[in-house]
Amino acid sequence: MTDALLPAEFADLEPWAATWCLPTEPQRWERRLNTSMEEMRAFYDAFFPRAEEAIIWCDRFPLDDMPADAERLLQLLHSLLMVSYAVEVWKQPEVINGGSARIDRILEPRP
Amino acid sequence: MGRFRKPAEGTWTEHYPELGTGPISFEDSVSPEFYELERDAIFRRAWLYAGRAEQLPRNGSYFTVNLPGLRTSVIVTRDKEGQVRAFHNVCRHRGNKLLWEGTPRDAISGNARQFVCKYHGWRYGLDGACTYIHQENEFFGLRKDAIGLAPIHCDTWAGFIFVNLSAVPDQTLRDYLGTMVGALEGYPFDRMTERYSFRAENNSNWKVFIDAFQEYYHVPPLHTHQLGPTPEAQNPEYEFEAAHYQLDGPHRMVSTSGTHKHTWPAEHLYPAEALTRSGSTGPWEAPDVGGPLPGVNPSGIKRWGIDNFQVFPNLEILIYERNWYVTYRYWPTSHNTHVFEGDLYFVPARNARERLAHEYAALTFKEYGLQDCGTLDGTQMGLEQGAFTEFPLNDQEILVRHFHKTVGAWVDAYVREWERGSTP
Repeated sequence: MTDALLPAEFADLEPWAATWCLPTEPQRWERRLNTSMEEMRAFYDAFFPRAEEAIIWCDRFPLDDMPADAERLLQLLHSLLMVSYAVEVWKQPEVINGGSARIDRILEPRP
Repeated sequence: MGRFRKPAEGTWTEHYPELGTGPISFEDSVSPEFYELERDAIFRRAWLYAGRAEQLPRNGSYFTVNLPGLRTSVIVTRDKEGQVRAFHNVCRHRGNKLLWEGTPRDAISGNARQFVCKYHGWRYGLDGACTYIHQENEFFGLRKDAIGLAPIHCDTWAGFIFVNLSAVPDQTLRDYLGTMVGALEGYPFDRMTERYSFRAENNSNWKVFIDAFQEYYHVPPLHTHQLGPTPEAQNPEYEFEAAHYQLDGPHRMVSTSGTHKHTWPAEHLYPAEALTRSGSTGPWEAPDVGGPLPGVNPSGIKRWGIDNFQVFPNLEILIYERNWYVTYRYWPTSHNTHVFEGDLYFVPARNARERLAHEYAALTFKEYGLQDCGTLDGTQMGLEQGAFTEFPLNDQEILVRHFHKTVGAWVDAYVREWERGSTP
């Protein structure tokens, strides 16, 4: 597969890569709020069992010099954590009792 | 019988008898007139936290800080000699905002040899001196070497850069910070340079949000989910008790035992917490930052978790036992709105695993912070409704009591001076 986004070892996660390989928290946050729980649960269920393996894979590279596919795998892990709050904690995309509040992340380390 | 020993007087509040134990008014949080007074009585007199020294890594580094409610923008820069200076971000010529990109409302940072006004091209050195006036000979008796930017008092403590908008500050920064906050000097803040920054525009008085973050009494009922995935863990009737409270002048602090989630059994953890070894709140591994750590856990509690220093008027420094810290700032923009800024600081991640632990901590901050922010609307509405004029506070809310008393004292002192004609 020439257009693979993730390392070959994680080819089974390719269906999620185009949607969830997002480099910034504001992008991941918007995606979470605009995705159904059914879809987020499917992503979570598919990825969570392999998450530890993915972390070990990413840890083979220094953070400031990651191959593009490993960096996208790390972005996918970031999205898994973003989705985990909806799946594990709130059982809905939005924070319970968050009202109309919004908190914007305006600076963050990369990747 | 509580879990922690209280002072000999029986309660923390009575340990500080000047606080009283009666109900208090929150009129200071709903009154437009009081807000106008606060701006001059507090924000134009107190030392205000502007940013970290790491934001000025080189000579010539600068950043701007916008204080919207004060109609003030400040340039903070490290000049050619390495001295940190602050100026009003206003051109001496016709008052144009000097440094901005995007829109004049946006704060910026960068590196410069000089500051150039976009409007008529006047230039200033990093020391604020005017170095170039376009068509200087067209002016009338104006010489560039006699003018410059308007300086603002500026000093640095423990890498925290403060500014003071008064003509002559009543106290030096160190005297102002006092012994309790001052004892943190030497804490390795400078090792914790990986930063996550957050900003929120909230529909409440600035003090209403500070109040939410200077008591933990609200945590079990409001943040029920934070305690874990099981019904047993999510006990809204859990009785929270802080280990230690301390007041020092206008400043206050509370030490708590934190959650120490790394010691919890697996069934009380969310799967993502177990995966990242992070939450609630913060990473479970403590990076080596040397030691001993000055100023923290001043009462020496055994199972120390978090210190929450409330530096008057609007800075909160949260220091976690796992060697990371957080700052909050609250900038009033009207009597019932404010801008909240939160910054999380970690020892830089060395690998993806550590980065993900930091990321989960940053997520946790936002998820539960949204519950706090979301509740604010309702608190402000409730206070403005005027159904009640006095409100009971318990012993775990001693810092709320002290804060409003301090705010009132600063405003009263200002009004008295104004009435005597001694306020400029």
